[in-house]
Amino acid sequence: MSSVSSKYVKYILSRPMAGAGGKTGTWRVHRPVINAERCIKCGLCWLYCPENAIDWLENKTVTVDYDYCKGCGICSDVCPVGAVTMVKEGVI
Amino acid sequence: MVTINELHRYGRTKLIMPGTSACPGCPLQLGMRYLAMALDARFAMVIPAGCSSVIPGAAPYTAFTVPVMHVPFASSPAVASGLRRALRIRGVDGPVVVWAGDGASADIGFASLSGSAYRNEDIIYILADNEAYMNTGIQASGTTPPKAWTTTSPRGKTEGRKDMSLIMIMHNVPYVATASIAYPMDFIDKVRRAASIRGFRFIHLHAPCPPGWKFPDNYTVRVARLAVETGMWILWEYNQGKLTISSPSVPYKDKGRRKPIEEYLKLQGRFSHLTKEDVEVIKANVDKQWDLIIRLTEIYR
Repeated sequence: MSSVSSKYVKYILSRPMAGAGGKTGTWRVHRPVINAERCIKCGLCWLYCPENAIDWLENKTVTVDYDYCKGCGICSDVCPVGAVTMVKEGVI
Repeated sequence: MVTINELHRYGRTKLIMPGTSACPGCPLQLGMRYLAMALDARFAMVIPAGCSSVIPGAAPYTAFTVPVMHVPFASSPAVASGLRRALRIRGVDGPVVVWAGDGASADIGFASLSGSAYRNEDIIYILADNEAYMNTGIQASGTTPPKAWTTTSPRGKTEGRKDMSLIMIMHNVPYVATASIAYPMDFIDKVRRAASIRGFRFIHLHAPCPPGWKFPDNYTVRVARLAVETGMWILWEYNQGKLTISSPSVPYKDKGRRKPIEEYLKLQGRFSHLTKEDVEVIKANVDKQWDLIIRLTEIYR
């Protein structure tokens, strides 16, 4: 354990860090794949992503962080134009 | 009302760090993200035992980016009251938010909640209501709807449910509202309006839980939206003596415009054992609740 984290242990404090629950991307069964041509840049998938694994970039397109995406599929359910498809892991 | 273009500035901000211990499709994380967006991530949070105290992951790291105090089950409003006073003495004027589940609010922590509400402590209390004790394995709580399956009510809950938000109005607090994770703009508006008031503020947030309610992970938002569209969950706001029905729920004042309640019930495994008579009872309850709320809007205006 690094010196920074041992300092926080001393005061029973935790500090913010991505992946505090592990690399949750390994839980995923279905992977969301975004079709950029269909995307209307509304940002709803970003708004409703529980894991905060979707970034809504400056040009209003979205990217998915597959290290942490748990594959719940809410992005695919809320997408108004069906631009997010859930693909079984291992098949790309 | 806040627009999604206004929220675009949080597009790359991790208000909750990814990689938490929550189940896939967890509504609590959605609610916490909207809360952080509403208050621009400048607040202190008090979290009693429950799912929300497991979500940030293992020490020495946490997924939350705001100061959080994890406290025992029944003490959260009391701790928040003390925290608020201590912050004021130190000259800090940020909001203190209690983020509690239904077990910590309606059952175990109700005494300290009621106490801090009647003292009108300057805190925001958010009840994230997933309608059972989900963290310990889906036991029925005070806000579990009647007839719903839980592990302690295997043939459907026989008791009714506590209406926490109406109970809080009767404590004479300045601000009480209900919200839903499917209507983030409405929720963000309500948190911002609450933050502009002093005194005890209470928001009852409806949060459908995929493993506890037994529906697929990707239906979290759909189920929450259906709860409003069928009239099972009414969005309203009580602001210093005036009760109004919020805009997403306004069309459903008219009974004919509500979607059939079966659409909401059939998505959830916890209602799969219902008979036709049970559904009629639930429908009658919904109509009764709407009558009550509409009558309250006439009284508190």
